[in-house]
Amino acid sequence: MITKRIIPCLDVKNGRVVKGVNFQDLSDVNSPVELAKYYSENGADELVFYDITASAEGRRLFTDILTQVAGTVFIPLTVGGGINTLDDFARVLSCGADKVSVNSGAIRNPDLVHTAAKRYGNQCVVLSVDIKRVDGMFRVFAKGGREDTGMEAIGWIRSCVSMGVGEVVVNSIDTDGVKDGFDLELLDAVCNAVSVPVIASGGAGSIADFVELFHTLPKVDAGLAASIFHFGEVTIPDLKNELDKNGIVVRK
Amino acid sequence: MVAIVDYGVGNLFSLKSSFAQVGAEVTVTGDPAILHTADRIVLPGVGAFGDAAAKLWATDLNRVLIDEARQGKPLLGICLGMQLLFEKSYEYGEHPGLGLVPGAVRPIREVVPEDLKIPHIGWNGLHFPANREKSPIFRDIRENDCVYFVHSYYGADCGDCLTATAEYGAELTAAVQNGNIYGTQFHPEKSGSVGLSILKAFCEVTPS
Repeated sequence: MITKRIIPCLDVKNGRVVKGVNFQDLSDVNSPVELAKYYSENGADELVFYDITASAEGRRLFTDILTQVAGTVFIPLTVGGGINTLDDFARVLSCGADKVSVNSGAIRNPDLVHTAAKRYGNQCVVLSVDIKRVDGMFRVFAKGGREDTGMEAIGWIRSCVSMGVGEVVVNSIDTDGVKDGFDLELLDAVCNAVSVPVIASGGAGSIADFVELFHTLPKVDAGLAASIFHFGEVTIPDLKNELDKNGIVVRK
Repeated sequence: MVAIVDYGVGNLFSLKSSFAQVGAEVTVTGDPAILHTADRIVLPGVGAFGDAAAKLWATDLNRVLIDEARQGKPLLGICLGMQLLFEKSYEYGEHPGLGLVPGAVRPIREVVPEDLKIPHIGWNGLHFPANREKSPIFRDIRENDCVYFVHSYYGADCGDCLTATAEYGAELTAAVQNGNIYGTQFHPEKSGSVGLSILKAFCEVTPS
């Protein structure tokens, strides 16, 4: 049976992981390569790297890092951050990324999704959406969640899927950082709207939150989180054991 | 030496790195002379069957691969590369394949229930048919070990050549073997330590 995926997410700035992590057995806790190896050896099903660098020099460092990661870690790698053109797709794919995540780039230029999917296949194009409730409506936010686009989120996701997006990462701004569970209402709405894999993000604070996610919404394919893994509050082997005990199929 | 066939389909960086990781000498090439001197050949592939087959045929690599395989050289097709080993595919029309493994490539949707998502994407457990000896590339792999899949079509009607399946509303072909010719629908180069064990075992199978 297909397993539910657990995905740690690493933010990289100038070639270093930001939000330093808390593992004693790593000699360099800000090294993307060391962290990627650590997670891969400890049960992560996939890794997401977000490049939050603004400078060209930082961008070059990021692709160097990515090449090193892809040369040492043999699980699927998704890369996002600063993906605005087909050249950006080519740049990260040539370094060994398997999937490319678009967010603001797709909002600025929706045709990017279509052309990238045509060239690299739907499975390669991941839509990442930052969503917040405004006046009782799910709205799409851009620029790392800072700017309200005014667009209704479910319709936006549906149109991107029809243009070729193969997977959707749903980031709830309302639950992000609160550590009180995933945004089940929002995720349910997305799962009912599209038939591609849906990855839940934002709000995980404990193992129980993942159990609740997959129990309540069996259509959700994966759970993504950052700080609870980085700070060791939840380890992936513990998480998977608990999911397994609760009848949720995971890779062990 | 392991030669990964470069015919302009997809990125081969991870695949090359994964063979290097298991200690193989590996090269990426589209040169028939190098493919001829290689000890084993890996045929990768992503994208649509028709496009990939057209590229193989345009460079005459189809003939090279068939010749090398017939002489007993171990050949491993991965993902679309596995599908290309079949006699034909029904992906967007009907296209002939290399014919090194019996059977045809068909849409998953024909056998997978409506409520399951397509593509079949993610980690799924391997099952080995009870009625045949385990294929040598799986010598270190246990029943239900997980590997990484991404596909919308599958190899059907491969009869005795079927060496592993994965359950996704139906038993889908996960791997095939016809003598010295091997194929995996999943990506061993993206399947962690399980995948690396499979590549290592392929590097150690003896030519027939």
